[in-house]
Formats: sequence, C-alpha cells, structure tokens
Amino acid sequence: MTLKEIKKLLQAEVIYGIDRLEEEIQWAGGSDLMSDVLAFGKPGILLLTGLTNAQSVRTANIIDAKAIVYVRGKKPDKEGIKLAREKEIPIFSTKYMMYTACGLLFSHGLPGVSKIQNNK
Amino acid sequence: MSTENGLSKRFEITGGDFGKAGSISTKIKEILQEIGINSTIIRRTAIATYEAEMNVVMYAKKADLTLHLTPAEISIRVYDEGPGIENIEMAMQEGFSTATDEMREMGFGAGLGLPNIKKNADRFEISSTPGKGTALDITIYLNQEGKK
Repeated sequence: MTLKEIKKLLQAEVIYGIDRLEEEIQWAGGSDLMSDVLAFGKPGILLLTGLTNAQSVRTANIIDAKAIVYVRGKKPDKEGIKLAREKEIPIFSTKYMMYTACGLLFSHGLPGVSKIQNNK
Repeated sequence: MSTENGLSKRFEITGGDFGKAGSISTKIKEILQEIGINSTIIRRTAIATYEAEMNVVMYAKKADLTLHLTPAEISIRVYDEGPGIENIEMAMQEGFSTATDEMREMGFGAGLGLPNIKKNADRFEISSTPGKGTALDITIYLNQEGKK
C-alpha cells in the first residue's frame, strides 16, 4: 500500500513528506508505548501512535520505521517535526482514533507486524 | 576518536533529561551509518543503546556511554551513577518495572528495556551495586556468520 493510499484512507494531513507519497508500505503497527515499539517493531513499518513527543520520532528512527501516522488529530511537537525532517521520515495526522485507523488500514490489506513474526 | 584498536567515542547521559533522551543513540546510529555498517547490525545496536539510554534518563543521575568499534565487534558500555538495581534477575523479566507516571507518559517504563537489550545483543553483561550504580556491557558482532 502506498503512502498516498494510506493518506486517502485515513483522510490524513501530511505534516512532512508530501514528495514521498508514492513509497510503498508493507506492514504497520500501532502503539503509544515506545517500549513495545522498540521490542516488537520491524524495519520498514508504518507506525501509528498517539504519542506526540519527540520520542515517537526518535523511536521510529531507531527501528527504521518508514513513516508515522499520529491518530486522533494529534501532531508531534516541534522537536519531533524537526527530527522527522532531519531523518526524512514522512509524518501524517489523521482524525481517526487508533482502533479505527488501524482497522481501516488492515481491512484494506495492510497487515500488522505480527504477520511478519508468524511467517518467520 | 580513532585509536589503533578501532574507533572509540564517549558520551555523557544526564539523568532526568527527558527532552534529550534518545539523542545519543540517534547520534551513534548516524556514526555507524557513515562508516557503512550493515543496517540490521546498526538497528540492533541502536535499539540496545536507546533502551540503555532511556534507562539512564529514567532512573540514574548520570552515565558515561562508550562506543567502541573494532573490525570484529561493536561494544557499548554504559556505566551509570544511580540507585542501582536490587534484583537483576527480576529486572531482566519482561514486564517488571518500577517506572513512574512521567516515564510512562514518555512512552516508556513497560519493563521491556533490559530484556530487549539482551535480545538485540550477542553478548550482554550487567552488574549493579545498589546505591551506587549499574554497568552494562553490550556487544554486537560485526560478522554474524554462525551467530544469532
């Protein structure tokens, strides 16, 4: 699924990375807990989160996440946006809540990271 | 920074500085990327370092973090001044945590840090003196043949 399709499905606003919409995403994971993201996140995932501090972007960078979607209309803080630009991580904001945002993506064919683990 | 035996770089982590938490791991990732280390190894190193850095920020007063790179391995040593860990065996269990609400608001403190460091390291040693501090030695081999 491309970032463009994700943006459309989630009616998301692009905060950074408007020129990256053609990029493909293969897996996604949603969590507000960065400990979980660090423990279970996989390279290349789309991270959905409601955590808006700079740690959300730092964590995404550390695990090689491809892009971040902030749920429930949230947006990262200034430090987070600055880091996303530096690390070239596209970031989006959707008005949908976590469950709905994940459900929309999953039901349109974007699998979760657990699928990667199961297929190992 | 460079020595005959490889590259060494020292960083200082300040306890309680949640704003900067993770910036040293981000820097170490950049250094390893510039050198051209394999991306999976960089990712494992970055995750282990990030967890260690967060532990210092959350629990300790300050720490020295040393990155040492040789042709054979990456070593990360984190020696902190802090409360130490009373029961290392318990701290190594997933889900065990003494985190505060502030730590959890930052998205951390789920009791996954130390187990996750161990998971990402090829060799992991931890020692602690309650009331003084904790020492972590994390090693990741550059040649992964026959390793995890």
